Amino acid sequence: MPHISLNNLSISYGNHKVLHEVSVDIPDSQITVIIGPSGCGKTTLLKSLNRLLDLNDDVSVKGNVLIDGVNTYDPKADVLSLRKKLGFLSQRPYPLPMSIYDNIAFGPKVHRLTQEQIVQQIRDLEGRSFQVPERKNGAMDVLVESYLRLAGLWDEVKDRLRTPASRLSIGQQQRLALARALAVEPEAILADEPTSALDPLSAQLIEKQFKFLRNNYTIVVVTHILRQARRIADYVIFLYLGELVEHGPAESFFKSPKDERTRAYISGEIS
Amino acid sequence: MKVRRFKDSLATTFIRASLVFVNAIAFVIAITLFMKTRPILAKTTLSHLLSSTSWHPLRGDFGFFPFIIGTLEVTAIAMILSIPVCLLSAIYLSEYAHGRFRGFVRLVVDILAGIPSVIYGLCGVIAIVPLVRILGQALGSPTTGYSLLAGGIILAIMVSPVITSVALEVFRTIPRAARENSLALGITTWEMVKHVILRSSLHGIIAAIVLGFARAFGETMAVLMVVGNVPKVPLSLFDPAYPLPALIANNYGEMMSIPLYDSALMFAALILMVVVGGFSLGAHLILLKIERRGYV
Amino acid sequence: MRSRRLEEQIFKGLMIASLTLVLVVLAGIIFITIYKGAPALTLSMLTETPKGGYYLGKEGGIANAIVGSLYLGLGASFCALLLSVPVAFGLQKEYTGWRFASFTKLVLDVLWGIPSIVYGAFGFVVMAYFGLRASLLGGIIVLTLLMLPIMVRSMEEVIRTIPLELKEVSYALGTTRIETTMAVVLRQALPGMVTAVLLAFGRGIGDAASILFTAGYTDYIPRSLFDPVASLPLAVFFQIGTPIPEVQERAYASALILLLIVFVVSIVSRILSHRFSKHIVR
Ligand SMILES: Nc1ncnc2c1ncn2[C@@H]1O[C@H](COP(=O)(O)OP(=O)(O)O)[C@@H](O)[C@H]1O
Ligand SMILES: [Mg+2]
Repeated sequence: MPHISLNNLSISYGNHKVLHEVSVDIPDSQITVIIGPSGCGKTTLLKSLNRLLDLNDDVSVKGNVLIDGVNTYDPKADVLSLRKKLGFLSQRPYPLPMSIYDNIAFGPKVHRLTQEQIVQQIRDLEGRSFQVPERKNGAMDVLVESYLRLAGLWDEVKDRLRTPASRLSIGQQQRLALARALAVEPEAILADEPTSALDPLSAQLIEKQFKFLRNNYTIVVVTHILRQARRIADYVIFLYLGELVEHGPAESFFKSPKDERTRAYISGEIS
Repeated sequence: MKVRRFKDSLATTFIRASLVFVNAIAFVIAITLFMKTRPILAKTTLSHLLSSTSWHPLRGDFGFFPFIIGTLEVTAIAMILSIPVCLLSAIYLSEYAHGRFRGFVRLVVDILAGIPSVIYGLCGVIAIVPLVRILGQALGSPTTGYSLLAGGIILAIMVSPVITSVALEVFRTIPRAARENSLALGITTWEMVKHVILRSSLHGIIAAIVLGFARAFGETMAVLMVVGNVPKVPLSLFDPAYPLPALIANNYGEMMSIPLYDSALMFAALILMVVVGGFSLGAHLILLKIERRGYV
Repeated sequence: MRSRRLEEQIFKGLMIASLTLVLVVLAGIIFITIYKGAPALTLSMLTETPKGGYYLGKEGGIANAIVGSLYLGLGASFCALLLSVPVAFGLQKEYTGWRFASFTKLVLDVLWGIPSIVYGAFGFVVMAYFGLRASLLGGIIVLTLLMLPIMVRSMEEVIRTIPLELKEVSYALGTTRIETTMAVVLRQALPGMVTAVLLAFGRGIGDAASILFTAGYTDYIPRSLFDPVASLPLAVFFQIGTPIPEVQERAYASALILLLIVFVVSIVSRILSHRFSKHIVR
């Protein structure tokens, strides 16, 4: 059973139907890239997975999304734990309006982790036991450090953990967002054009992070940059005008696309 | 998890209840005023109340015409004096002034908009009333100075920060590209203002004026202090007048001791609320439209 | 071409004249208040309540009005704050449908426009109905009504500018509505909310027409919520109305004190809002 699978998912904003009966299984522990020209419904698809679409007015969703076999759109579904399972990176990084430290600690605090749970979480993450510092919030300090390290941000921010996160550069903010998402122990990461606001170097860092994380997480990345898709994808989903045109393992997708539109898109004839 | 959900639903209920509560407040105010005016409406007709000039509360004779006219005239004078001056100021600030100067003036105007109305009234008594007295004598109509004109001038001064700042805000919502495109045609700044800025911000200007009007129409203390308060239809600018808000403020003491008097004063309050409420509603709808469209 | 230039020059001249007029007149208001008020302002004005014969020009001060205004202003700000924060939050779409939210905003705009004298009259009628006399409580209630739309609308204006994406990243972590509201929306909107409260406080403390009926006036500092209370705007109004020059001078001094309070509040609000914007995300 795959973590995430979509069955006949159709989504409309009012009368405007933007996704047409999409069905696809998203493979575990791989990087799945959703490509397609802008406006084709990539963001909508991504946000339908963790029900962020609920925040929009008059969205209607038909079909279903199964996460670990549970239908997300079941009225009885537990949206909070569902969202906790799916980490999310937005197109432009939005640090929460608090310090760098609190950005990471926010998730665990909201979910009311006990001291023991925090210690356990760090152990799971680092794969080794460690000494909890004998001070107030000692375990949380270690947790924050671990995730900042995991996102490759620790060395840059360790001396200013208490300063507002909004003072970081955009590239650092996106890595902070990644660390923040990971800190609630998601099973998958959803990223919506996570590098489009970043400079090339920061973008490269993010891509490197994804490749590093793919062994432990299912990663879904939306992008409209073909070259990025080629660099990071294990599996590719191609959307065109709200329709799922083709999907498959990256190698065969790029080498021998089956659909005419895919071929045209890959060769740059349509964009 | 349960605790979190419980907190959320508790908070949500509380928040929704508070929304219902503010709406309820508005309806309670409207209904209360309406109910209180029923006794007087049962005794005389609406048209008589609005058109009669005879005001003798002790005889149960309530003609609101002088007060309505007084209110309208004071407000009209204020608008005539302030609109051109404020619009021209706002245009200058928006189109000619440097950004830093504009920011400074905006700050000053915002602070001035907060000056309490009794202070305007006080300055009216000290400065405007004597000025009007001198003016009246010079023009051959002797006056105490406590007059329609004095009320109008004070109101004009009071609403000027409001109109100026709303108009300025409206002008600034016009995108830079609209300015650049028209200036690129080789026209002068004033021509750009005339053909582009004013035309495309017409709605916003109306909203600014309506907001100023609403403020002026219901203003009590500042006007009350300088307008003379004589319940007669004023025949010239130098005659005293008696606007509705002043009527209510001056007579609440006897409200309960004369039959129907309280009902009559509530009728005055109702007129104020309906007129001002109506105009605020209009301004709201206009500004909403502007917001939706981005500009224009 | 010459006539076009001329037109430009004429209108530019008119504009500069207009702006100068507006600024000079408003500066004049401040100048008059200070010029008349400063000489009459003495320490005993600030610290003493009216003594016997005060209104004939004898000893005393307006401490009763200063303290009364602060009681009224602070009390009403507090009540209005308690009510407007949930309302302003509730206008977000997580809590309320689009229709009801727009309707409420419309109602609030109408409430904003309602003249303070109407609030006063309404308050008076309601208090008469419940057999309440003019009192601190009555004044606070009416001022709360007056401040409520000002606070809610200015708070809502700030909350509305918070990008949806910012809330999305918080929800994506699995937070509930109220958690996101308190952790993200509240912090992000805090500077604007502080400004809103102080703006409403300034409006409320300067308003006379609404409390004329409902708060009364007294020479004493109120001991309980049910005592009548004096206020600065009414102190100005009543004292200027007397024919005795010494008392009129005290009206000027009272006006100056009121003006100073309003300005200080306005400036403090700008400083505070700057202070609280440390964590704001743009
Ligand atoms: N909140 C919304 N309301 C109405 N239409 C929307 C909304 N968001 C997106 N759309 C429309 O849905 C389509 C798909 O948008 P989106 O999913 O953002 O595409 P992509 O991310 O691939 O660029 C577009 O045509 C867009 O105009
Ligand atoms: Mg997108």
